[in-house]
Amino acid sequence: MKKWLWVLGFWFLLTGLALAAKPYKIGALFSITGPTSFIGEPERNTLVMLVEEINKKGGINGHPIEVVIYDTEGDETNAVKKITKLCVQDKVLAVIGPSRTGTTLAVIPFVERYKVPLISCAAGVKITEPVKPWVFKVPQTDRMAVKRIYAYCNEKGYQKIAIITVSTGFGQSGREQLKMLAPKYGIKLVADEVFGPKDVDMTPQLTRIRAKNPDAVICWGTNPGPAIVAKNMRQLGMKQQLFMSHGVASKRFIALAGEAAEGIILPAGKILVARQLPDSDPQKKVILDYIARYKARYGEEPSAFGGHAYDAFLLLSKALEKAGADRARIREALENLKGVVGIHGIFNMSPKDHNGLDEKEAFVLVRIHNGDWELLER
Amino acid sequence: MGELLQYFLSGLTSGAIYALIALGFTIIYNATEVINFAQGEFVMLGAMFMATFLGKMGLPLPVAFALSVGLTALIGILVERLTIYPARGASVITLIIITIGVSILLKGVAMFVWGKDSLAVPAFLGEEPIRLFGATIIPQSILILVVALVAVLGLEFFFKHTLTGQAMRACAANRLAARLLGIKVEPLVLLAFGVSAGLSAIAGVIISPITFATYDMGTMLGLKGFSAAVLGGLTSSFGAVAGGFLLGLLEALAAGFISSAYKDAAAFVILLLMLFLKPEGLFGQGEIKKL
Repeated sequence: MKKWLWVLGFWFLLTGLALAAKPYKIGALFSITGPTSFIGEPERNTLVMLVEEINKKGGINGHPIEVVIYDTEGDETNAVKKITKLCVQDKVLAVIGPSRTGTTLAVIPFVERYKVPLISCAAGVKITEPVKPWVFKVPQTDRMAVKRIYAYCNEKGYQKIAIITVSTGFGQSGREQLKMLAPKYGIKLVADEVFGPKDVDMTPQLTRIRAKNPDAVICWGTNPGPAIVAKNMRQLGMKQQLFMSHGVASKRFIALAGEAAEGIILPAGKILVARQLPDSDPQKKVILDYIARYKARYGEEPSAFGGHAYDAFLLLSKALEKAGADRARIREALENLKGVVGIHGIFNMSPKDHNGLDEKEAFVLVRIHNGDWELLER
Repeated sequence: MGELLQYFLSGLTSGAIYALIALGFTIIYNATEVINFAQGEFVMLGAMFMATFLGKMGLPLPVAFALSVGLTALIGILVERLTIYPARGASVITLIIITIGVSILLKGVAMFVWGKDSLAVPAFLGEEPIRLFGATIIPQSILILVVALVAVLGLEFFFKHTLTGQAMRACAANRLAARLLGIKVEPLVLLAFGVSAGLSAIAGVIISPITFATYDMGTMLGLKGFSAAVLGGLTSSFGAVAGGFLLGLLEALAAGFISSAYKDAAAFVILLLMLFLKPEGLFGQGEIKKL
């Protein structure tokens, strides 16, 4: 009898040890290289830093986190190859990313087929509208960005607006929102131009816009196209107020556009102007803390995009705490998270809303002045 | 009609670039009958070097210019010595495929050295636009036109009034006859590659402030330069220049009046039409070979 007890006890101990040590394996897809590397790289860095920190503290529920990160290169075909690898071969519990709207839309059919929760770091509204059970996103929706810009236009009396957008998923999603919301704000779109992501000269489109004499111009895309639009506008002597999307909310845009960046207004996450926020803002401490830790680890400040990876991991770790190593339970936990204070807003998820952000605090309006961001409106 | 003038001006600017690249194609074609598909990569190298020397290292403009063009011409010469010369007995098709390989190699090396991001290059003459009858033009565009003109005139002088230039034309007209007259063909082929690479580098250097320098900018530019060369006639350097400007103008007008989405298509539609209807180009001379 005693012998059996020993064996049984030993067996339980071993199983217990094995279970306790078993890491929670999560996956990530970021555009670490390629034209949108300025988005994917800080996201990757942030995730690596957060996983390290949490493992130092003992992991989640005693389990260490193991993260498998693949580079999509900002390319849809690549993203699709890697998502299959993550879901089937690496057998991850959930996936953070991808970085771009285009790559996210490309992998959605696969995470639905393999039933793996996806927390995207891309902004396109189509990602969570209509709601798909396995798909979540952390960035603010471009609809909120458009609303912020239009509200400001109303304030300043800009009524005739020209839009120029990139032909990518992000650009066209923005364009749809711009066209759809214009009548609600009493705005007339006098021009609707498109350019390709690799185009280096937008003067034909801007010449046509110039002829229509708009009060302001809104450009929607990610680098480097919008930088060229800004420069071309200067070239053509156009003096209208230029608005950009949050897709250029990084110092790289200012570097590329040079002097042409001066005076551009765009919606951006609070992280860009964290120090200019009032102390009463509940996000201020979280943001400043993140900036300090990132800077200590990597020697430079993170961009707004790094913040998306922070929010995605924050949500995932809370879900893992509740649900453990089960994809379906993680999904359910994610869907019911409330009041999570992140870098880009306070998240309140629900089965009908897989973004969880409120338009009032999702964005602030910033203006580029002297090569840096200036808080314009909260 | 300020719009028409604006399209005309931007057409002239891109036309000057295509002219320089097309000239690069014709020089090598005339010396070796090879279409050098790595031509676009020489443009890219000129732009990338400029981004490093002028942008990152802040060297004075003439130094950065000379270094960028010189280094690229040197790379052109290396390409000839290491890839074309060893295969000089092979058929033209083989040599053309070799140049495609060179193009892929140069693009890959550029990606490793400079990364995949676009690099900014400071404008040479400031960015204030100049108004001209309802249209605007920036100083950089005027510089592009001036440099292109100087390059073309310089080449004209070289080919018509120097012994080396005339020797190159002799090689192009009839290689065997040139040899019989005592002209050494191999060094002239080397020179052709160097001059051609240098010309494309100049094109890359002067557009880099406007378009930024990216590791894969050479592909489209090379193809469009090739279209321009075919349009004007691969055998005529006047044709190359004319073809370049014509292509630039047609492209700008198509983008302006039809749709900007079809801007790139303009170059390729023209290429296809020329190859179908008049393959020797507008100003080239047809060749009839007895097989």
